[in-house]
Amino acid sequence: MSPTAYLVLASLLFTIGGVGVLVRRNALIAFMSVELMLNACNLAFVTFARMHGNIDGQIIAFFVMVIAAAEVVVGLAIIVTIFRTRRSASVDDESLLKL
Amino acid sequence: MIADVLAQTVDSTGGGTGEAVLFWILAPVAVVAALGLVISRKAVHGALFLAVVMISLAVFFIALEAPFLGVVQVVVYTGAIMMLFLFVIMLVGVDASDSRVETIRGQRSAAILAGLGLGVLLVAIVSRAVFSDWVGLAGAAPEGSVPAIADAIFSRYVWAFEIVAATLITAALGAMVLTHQERLTPRPRQRELAEQRFASGSGSAASQLPSPGVYARHNAVDTPALLPDGTTSDDSVPGALVARGAVRPSDEFTKHEPGELEGDQQ
Repeated sequence: MSPTAYLVLASLLFTIGGVGVLVRRNALIAFMSVELMLNACNLAFVTFARMHGNIDGQIIAFFVMVIAAAEVVVGLAIIVTIFRTRRSASVDDESLLKL
Repeated sequence: MIADVLAQTVDSTGGGTGEAVLFWILAPVAVVAALGLVISRKAVHGALFLAVVMISLAVFFIALEAPFLGVVQVVVYTGAIMMLFLFVIMLVGVDASDSRVETIRGQRSAAILAGLGLGVLLVAIVSRAVFSDWVGLAGAAPEGSVPAIADAIFSRYVWAFEIVAATLITAALGAMVLTHQERLTPRPRQRELAEQRFASGSGSAASQLPSPGVYARHNAVDTPALLPDGTTSDDSVPGALVARGAVRPSDEFTKHEPGELEGDQQ
């Protein structure tokens, strides 16, 4: 297997995640698509780490995972708070925040 | 252990056929599951599809000589993060599915077009670029990736590691603060509840609800009790059964003259 195959897979997953963020209006699914994009980036990092014979890529991927965990915690808390007040998990309802 | 077995099928310089088989089985699974996440109407199905993608990525990590990251991927992503997602989906409502009405006209087709453009661009660039062949981590991590990662995290990256730890604590506290709700009024006790019921005026509210109907032929919660005038009492059956349409009419068991039913030989 060449690095190209893994990188093409990572770009495909990244693109699908991006389309998911743009198309879906359920906040939870949009959020899961962001996680998919982060995962695709991690795959690219790990591929490059092995390609260059350098452990740093794996460490960056590890940090990405930890930060993603923190991001999920805060993001889901925000979604739950908005759901409590608006009874909806649609991203469109947040437009009420603007004047 | 599985990580060891998987790692043995993979040549460090990336020439193994085992790795090619692994890739061509798992890569379509990952792509199809990712598409399923975007297409699925219900959030629960999306979460399950995302779990499939994450598990196949964990296998890829192990194949790419990163067994530590593969295990962390399973533990953190499919274990912790997906559980969190599922909890919130259950909280928000499993049945909550998207409406298909577009708020901005043409936004969906424009987004799909832009996504296709990005995908074609990325894939074209990546597949036309010339990459060096695998160097492999045998040189950088001679004792395996776990000691090498530990070595790097606690020496060169120790400052980033500390900041990440502080971020995690801040995120946990932030989530608690965001979801915390202060009670504005004291919770009503049993005494207050009883006083409310009596103060509401109706005598039936003060007492308990009537029990379901008890008949010679049937004795369960799905039959309503009879009131003195022969009509059925709606309060005597649980509302959940009424909503499901599982309540049996009580005249099936009452109001029959002898010999009216088939098999009644009296």
